[in-house]
Amino acid sequence: MMLFKLSLRNLKKSFQDYTIYFLTLVLGVAIFYVFNALDSQDIMLAVSASTREIIQLMLTVLAGLSVFVSIILGFLIVYANNFLIRRRKMEFGLYMTLGMSRGSISHILLGETVIIGLISLGVGLVIGVFASQLMSILVAKMFEADMTSYTFVFSMKAAGKTVIYFGIMYLLVILFNVVTISRYKLLDLLTAGKKNERVRMRNPILAMLLFLTSVGILLYCYLSVLGKLGTVDRARLMLLILLGAIGTFLFFLSLSGLMLKVARVWKSFYLKDLNTFVFRQMNSRINTMVCSMTVICLMLFLTIGVLSCGVSMNQSLTKEIEEMTPRDVCMTKPMREKDNQTEEEAKKSVEESLTEKGIDPKEEFLDGYVEITSYIRPELTWEMTLGKNREAVMAQFPMLDWDLEEELVPLSQYNQMAKFYGIQQYDLKEDEYILLCTFEPMKNIRDMGLAAGEPLNIGEKQYTPKYPVCQDGYLGMSNSYTVLGIFILPDSAFEQEGFFAYHNYMAADYQAETEDGRREIEDKISEATDGTPIFVTSKIGLRENSVGMAATVTFIALYLGIIFLISSAAVMALKELSDSSDNRERYRILREIGADQSMIRKALFRQIGIFFLLPLIVAFIHSIFGVQFVNRMLVLTNQDSQQSSMIFTAAFILLIYGGYFLSTYLGSRRIVEEAE
Amino acid sequence: MSAILSVNNIEKYYGSKGNVTKAIDNISFQVQAGEFVGIMGASGSGKTTLLNCISTIDRITSGQIQVGGQDITRLKGNALNKFRREELGFIFQDFHLLDTLTVYENIALALSIRRISPVKIEKRVHQVAAKLGITEILKKYPYQISGGEKQRTASARAMIGDPKLILADEPTGALDSKASRMVLDSFSRLNQELGATILMVTHDAFTASYASRILFIKDGKIFSEVQRGEETRKAFFNQIIHVVTLLGGDLNDVI
Repeated sequence: MMLFKLSLRNLKKSFQDYTIYFLTLVLGVAIFYVFNALDSQDIMLAVSASTREIIQLMLTVLAGLSVFVSIILGFLIVYANNFLIRRRKMEFGLYMTLGMSRGSISHILLGETVIIGLISLGVGLVIGVFASQLMSILVAKMFEADMTSYTFVFSMKAAGKTVIYFGIMYLLVILFNVVTISRYKLLDLLTAGKKNERVRMRNPILAMLLFLTSVGILLYCYLSVLGKLGTVDRARLMLLILLGAIGTFLFFLSLSGLMLKVARVWKSFYLKDLNTFVFRQMNSRINTMVCSMTVICLMLFLTIGVLSCGVSMNQSLTKEIEEMTPRDVCMTKPMREKDNQTEEEAKKSVEESLTEKGIDPKEEFLDGYVEITSYIRPELTWEMTLGKNREAVMAQFPMLDWDLEEELVPLSQYNQMAKFYGIQQYDLKEDEYILLCTFEPMKNIRDMGLAAGEPLNIGEKQYTPKYPVCQDGYLGMSNSYTVLGIFILPDSAFEQEGFFAYHNYMAADYQAETEDGRREIEDKISEATDGTPIFVTSKIGLRENSVGMAATVTFIALYLGIIFLISSAAVMALKELSDSSDNRERYRILREIGADQSMIRKALFRQIGIFFLLPLIVAFIHSIFGVQFVNRMLVLTNQDSQQSSMIFTAAFILLIYGGYFLSTYLGSRRIVEEAE
Repeated sequence: MSAILSVNNIEKYYGSKGNVTKAIDNISFQVQAGEFVGIMGASGSGKTTLLNCISTIDRITSGQIQVGGQDITRLKGNALNKFRREELGFIFQDFHLLDTLTVYENIALALSIRRISPVKIEKRVHQVAAKLGITEILKKYPYQISGGEKQRTASARAMIGDPKLILADEPTGALDSKASRMVLDSFSRLNQELGATILMVTHDAFTASYASRILFIKDGKIFSEVQRGEETRKAFFNQIIHVVTLLGGDLNDVI
């Protein structure tokens, strides 16, 4: 009981030290709860069946991520705890000289961990419960669910999970503490406060060399991910990531020495105010800060990357869906025997198949629905359309199936469909063709073929490209830009022999006034087409799909982003705070030789600011290139969405990271000023 | 000669009603410009409290302290900082050098804080360093130099801003006798050649013998005062020892 009282008093005494640790724990618990409580919200029941399926998928992903997140938080907690213990070595030394056993000290620590753990769990859960109500509004907005049935929800399951996961983490901390304490020697404990870090003066030439090397490595990585130095496959990417990490490390390692060198030459700056002190202070600490700065920088890079890619993916998904679904439904039926159907079935159009299944198109669809057919020629494969560049292109992309036949459509048929969709219609001279392609990587390849301008031979006739680049357009609706290639040819071309029907497309609007009516027809169609080769894409289905996708991506990005961010910010904050208390003596000296409070505060602000800012700046530069790479990989072409997502990310990081910075600065200020 | 420091009837109490300790009990004295004054006393005599009050680190309960005609007990906030920065120089027993800065930077920082232009700083630091014989070690860090060198660095820092008064608190307390002698020699040089006014607190008779006048403090009061006058340092030292013996005898009469 006595020991418990001691732990309680210790906590009260060092409450200020623990503030950031405690806040981070609370934040961690709250976020953990919020994301694990997503499933138990009533909102989730108010959405449609297909959306629920997507949500289910999302929840599975989030549950998996929670394990990962708890490992990260676990590391953070152990690290932070270890940190706080190190700061209290003197105190433990004193206990030991008074005759307290290591066991008892472990007991004190156990008491502290339990108290902090319980309080942070409690507070975190309360915050989490309220935050998750806010979250459900967001969810409802995203999934377009009805909010009238909203009630306040508390998820027992999520709370239980949170308690168990964090319980395990705290248990680990306790184990860790026992081990640490048992390893300490009394002498070390007592002299812990007196050990002074010696300044290792690095060889300036070596620092310069290291700096140049690091910049070289980073430039190489940047150029590589931009695709300037050949294609980047998986193995190369791993190598680049590793190189990037090493480059970052070397950069921080050499930076402070170099900055100091430069500053010292620039005397009018170096000898102004407390700049000398600030630079020296940074230089003396960067040696021990390099590792953590590198880790924090990479974490921030990950945060920026995840957040901005997530947001821009969400935005481009939602935007694309509006553009890509002008009509209620589009059905595609393969017309070839080999596509899993009998010869007789293959000949039927979509309309005929539907009628056969008991759906009367005239009744279910509004008048004016359109049905068209596309064709293939067995000899006209992808390979044949590459023109002069054939060999070079095929060598560059050996993984593509060059034997696939190209899809061909008569101009009048295409225009009929395009008119119905309300997209661009084309016209052609008798010897011209147009190539449609919206899938970015494929477009690049095809543009190479078009640029060569070689004629396309169809039967007896030759056709030349009307445009030197691929055009936009599609036959079937889809939720993203996925048209690999459609050739539009003059109608006269199809009068020749050798064409085979390829796909039959039918696009239509449902004959219903209300959303429910449309849904009803949609359900009927999906039932009828189930098990047939008919492929249905509908506005409702695509939108739900895409919204679900977008929501999943957003949630994952938010979850990981927040966790990475608070972890790195907390590590930074704790390190800064403990350094400030180690440096209290130095600040006292500054006051003694007459430095104003405002001067000291400015110096402190600069110092902490630089340590917070440096990793952020480097991470930001990294992510400029990283995000471009990811966007290219995911084929996100929406430029303005990328910009706004960057702004969102910046604001988000500024808020959380800035908050940590501010509380670190205020905490440090309190620490260095309390000596008076 | 005008009085740089003038202490008039100051008192300092600790504690509250019913349990008051008088750390300083009505002390008055003056220090003239260019004087090197020592304050001696056993531990607990109130000499450090006196120094703290003069250096504005501590506040007196009653009385008046004037430095250069300015009543410093009324200063507050930034005016106080400014006073401390511009008018006073400090030398401490354990040097209080910044271990991350070189000797040069430690000295220069005192001027940076006074917002003196960097061009002047460079010249001034070399001047003062030459006077104190530490030019050779300007590029070294505090952990690379000896205790005596550290204290001379601290002295350079204390006097580089041309303060009206240098306050030294047990400047030789952490030094061996050889280093002490070198530091005290440089104090004398500062005092005689540069006209620095020094107020030094010590309990060591040898250290005190470098001063030109010594105040002995006991139980918060001035017990005695001795002037060196034209005597040799050796003779002055003997005189000091004599007073210390008296003081000590008095201290030990607990019976």
